[in-house]
Amino acid sequence: MSEVIVITSGKGGVGKTTTTANIGTGLALHGKKVVLVDTDIGLRNLDVVMGLENRIVYDLVDVIEGACRIKQALIKDKRFESLYLLPAAQTRDKTSVTPKQMIDLTNELRKEFDYIIIDCPAGIEQGFKNAIAGADEALVITTPEVSAVRDADRIIGLLESNELRNPKLIVNRVRPDMVKRGDMMSIDDIIDILAIDLIGVVPDDEKIVISTNRGEPAVTDDKSIAGQAYRNITRRILGENVPIMDLQAGDGIMGKLRKFFGLKTT
Amino acid sequence: MLLDLSRLFGKSKNSKDVAKERLKLVLIHDRANVSPEFLEMVKGEIIKVIQNYMDVDESGLDIQLTRTKSDDGEGVVPALVANIPIKSVKKSGK
Repeated sequence: MSEVIVITSGKGGVGKTTTTANIGTGLALHGKKVVLVDTDIGLRNLDVVMGLENRIVYDLVDVIEGACRIKQALIKDKRFESLYLLPAAQTRDKTSVTPKQMIDLTNELRKEFDYIIIDCPAGIEQGFKNAIAGADEALVITTPEVSAVRDADRIIGLLESNELRNPKLIVNRVRPDMVKRGDMMSIDDIIDILAIDLIGVVPDDEKIVISTNRGEPAVTDDKSIAGQAYRNITRRILGENVPIMDLQAGDGIMGKLRKFFGLKTT
Repeated sequence: MLLDLSRLFGKSKNSKDVAKERLKLVLIHDRANVSPEFLEMVKGEIIKVIQNYMDVDESGLDIQLTRTKSDDGEGVVPALVANIPIKSVKKSGK
């Protein structure tokens, strides 16, 4: 049984593409057959985050218009045999695709892949409607900021009215030091407001910038704390019961011990 | 300690509390396309009815539109949550 998961947020710049790349790579690490679909037509970026920008020949719009077969447009990942990318078109716009065409495309991909991860564009217009059309599940990304949480709330409402029940929340770029001194909303504050289930918390981590520079998702970096968070999210998607990271753990003696042992328990 | 003292005297609020308050207010608007005036009207009517039976603390009244898990646990539904502090129950209401 394959699963189509859309990664969405409403607001731009909160980490949809990074999350798509990391969750997809994380699932491939577990041996799953995964395809990442970039639906941000006109502003594609999943290709550069994955480090596959030089290998693009055909794109999503080419497939939908029948200019090529799906297999011709799929780009195999540099490192993982079972991971593929279907890039967005860069010189077209979001109206080149309809929700019906996206449903047909995802159904076609279901025949080949265990997981189809869809990177949704920012906004709530056509691109969003296309991205969610074929999805079974939705993950909503937010950061602990008023604007991002507000947009996440709007997206949750729109997902529900489009029959995507029970979206799961990822809180990205959490700064435990700021939460501790009361200058950043905590996970509990955000859950309290959005009233949906949490599937992961990703701490702010400079390694994300470094890994994006290199085009190698942080999930493969054992020393990255954000990478560890993405590995945990991946396991939760696979149905394992993994406790949410305790980000305050860095201070006490246990936190130091954890750091010493290479963040294994976080 | 210093922080606690300043909070005790009500001088400053954590910025995350400010953020949370502002978010809650803006989301009332966003969620139901309901204006604050509309909520005020609902609030007024509710108080009127309840006052027939009990004395309530109007200043402590809190009414908001929020979301809650539906009974079957399958989804989220909008909810009108009212927190109404009661001063005393009128005898005639019994």
